[in-house]
Amino acid sequence: MKRCLVIDDSSVIRKVARRILEGFGFTIVEAADGRQALDACVKEMPDAILLDWNMPVMDGYEFLRALRAMPHGDKPKVVFCTTENDLAHIARAMHAGADEYIMKPFDKEIVEAKFQEVGLI
Amino acid sequence: MTPADYDFIRKVLKERSGYVLLPDKQYLIDSRLNPLARELGCASLMELVQKMRAPGATALLDRVTETMTINESFFFRDKIPFDRFKDTILPAVMEARANTRRLRIWCSACSTGQEPYSLAMILRSMKEKLAGWNIEILATDISRDVLERAKAGIYTQFEVQRGLPIQMLMQFFEQVGEQWRISEEIRRMVQFRHLNLIDRFSLLGTFDVVFCRNVLIYFDHATKTDVLERIAQQLAPEGYLVLGAAETVVGLSESFKPHMDKRGVYVRTGGVSPKPALAAVSPLPAAAAKAVV
Repeated sequence: MKRCLVIDDSSVIRKVARRILEGFGFTIVEAADGRQALDACVKEMPDAILLDWNMPVMDGYEFLRALRAMPHGDKPKVVFCTTENDLAHIARAMHAGADEYIMKPFDKEIVEAKFQEVGLI
Repeated sequence: MTPADYDFIRKVLKERSGYVLLPDKQYLIDSRLNPLARELGCASLMELVQKMRAPGATALLDRVTETMTINESFFFRDKIPFDRFKDTILPAVMEARANTRRLRIWCSACSTGQEPYSLAMILRSMKEKLAGWNIEILATDISRDVLERAKAGIYTQFEVQRGLPIQMLMQFFEQVGEQWRISEEIRRMVQFRHLNLIDRFSLLGTFDVVFCRNVLIYFDHATKTDVLERIAQQLAPEGYLVLGAAETVVGLSESFKPHMDKRGVYVRTGGVSPKPALAAVSPLPAAAAKAVV
């Protein structure tokens, strides 16, 4: 079973994402900021990451750069999921190594389409 | 509304578009026509039906038909047909048309434009390979409202996230407030035109590829056969027809054979002669035939 790390400081968003992704057969690990997420990745690198941008302690962009610099950090498919809905942020995220990008608000169909796009479903 | 009113609407739909609305889909009449009734100042659906029954209500009947036949669309819908277009159909028709270096593609029920624009983005992504080719994409629909939306090429954030890879959004769209507009270079590759599939196609000219997805399912057997035979008349030898996942030509038309191992893709058989090429008969503006990738 594939593991997905859901990183968002909102417990509501994490809960919604968990429900959607469990429906696609993922085992879910949660983190509330980039630092917690890096710790989770050191423990066990996930197959997929759903990543918020704006979070306390360490934001999603910083996390992504740190992840891609880690041993095996190129393995997870990273899908940003954020309210930063402009081309400049999208380009920055993709340049830093994101695989796909979801602009909030999202629903099950969008998550499914984006995860399919990167071969996770 | 009375059962007779529902029957009347079903009859109008069938006569004017071929669309067969099954009795168990009656809720679609309520959900789609209530907003139209309000827009037209009718107090209820019954009043709308009364107006539809009045002599000379042709424009209203067209409006009702168009409203009832609008279908949802999204970019690269179902994905596989677009992979097949790129990997199987395009190489084959490019080989077949190597002499003329001219391709014509028809999206016969294009709705709000995502299907023809998806094809245009694929073609644009292959511009080196297609340098010097003259490629035309004609996109038609029965609904004038959706065609206007398609021509504008403006989509909501929700619409650009269903099936459209983020790299293509970055490459081919610009942000307009909360919405996204497809770039002018892609918009220019597609010509939109009003067409009811039960009307004649002969003035459209000959095509190398026809997309007719998720529309035959709404027709009865005889209308499906009729539409398929008339599409065959417009399809060049070695031309391809792409149908929706729930559609087939089997049992309906001998003018196509299923592609050997590509479900949903059909090749025109030799049984019919294509109509004359566009240049001889088309009323399309000259620019339509000159959309070079």
